[in-house]
Amino acid sequence: MKAIVNVYLKEGVLDPQGKAVHHALDSLGFNGVKDVRVGKQIVLELEADDKEAAKAEVEKMCETLLANTVIEDYNVEIVS
Amino acid sequence: MNVTVLQFPGTNCEFDTQYAFKRLNQNVTILWHEETALPENTDLVVVPGGFSYGDYLRSGAIARFSPVMQAVKAFAEKGGYVLGICNGFQILLESHLLPGAMKRNENLHFVSKHHWLKVENRDNRFLSKCEAGELLNIPIAHAEGNYFIEEEGLKALWDNGQVLLTYCDEAGNPANPNGSVDNIAGICNKERNVFGLMPHPERAMEDVLGSDDGVKMLEGLCS
Repeated sequence: MKAIVNVYLKEGVLDPQGKAVHHALDSLGFNGVKDVRVGKQIVLELEADDKEAAKAEVEKMCETLLANTVIEDYNVEIVS
Repeated sequence: MNVTVLQFPGTNCEFDTQYAFKRLNQNVTILWHEETALPENTDLVVVPGGFSYGDYLRSGAIARFSPVMQAVKAFAEKGGYVLGICNGFQILLESHLLPGAMKRNENLHFVSKHHWLKVENRDNRFLSKCEAGELLNIPIAHAEGNYFIEEEGLKALWDNGQVLLTYCDEAGNPANPNGSVDNIAGICNKERNVFGLMPHPERAMEDVLGSDDGVKMLEGLCS
């Protein structure tokens, strides 16, 4: 089973990388961009059968290590 | 006094830190992160700068789970003195021994230069040898020193006198090299036994290095 975890800075927490990318896009003439957030994606191969249990386990991993919940939000998707 | 300096894979300021405390006539032990206990006579733990675990995932995120950090946590909870410098500060934040978190510098650059700091609060052991409002010239060298804490937490830091150092210019006017909220460069916990700062006092121990303002900072901890 595969889990995809997306981690990104919380709404309201200024994202310096997102801001820089937004500025670069703007300079290149892509002027229709309202906001850019840069996050990271972590892909996990799991040994598990139960989708719900796997998701709960990965969420625990996020709370413990994968995300710093002081500044970051995350979401977990079980894809297969 | 017995100072224990931690060493993780990727730490690179442990020997500078050792040199600094030896200059102040203290006993220094460098302790590998796989140790599960601190030397019994430890009076002060220093988590030094560097790039523990290559800064993978987030600065300090993996070092936090090193065996030795459990011992440091127990030591701090019993009132033991802990100082985190640069990456050490990041590790203490990730360990929740200090509140808040670090983000990438606002300008995304690795900033390495001398910077002025203002002493915001000297009512703690770390800055007890400094004057309130005193300006200190200390090097900074980091890419993730953009300190963040939500509004309520920020107010609590100021109200409790936990903001120790802010960035300023030579005249003492607020300045900000990294986007840190309220120009914060260093804080302590509510109990005032755990200290964290991004600047490197251990690199400012002699005039020949450009400043010896680090001496009075570290001396406070030795008193």
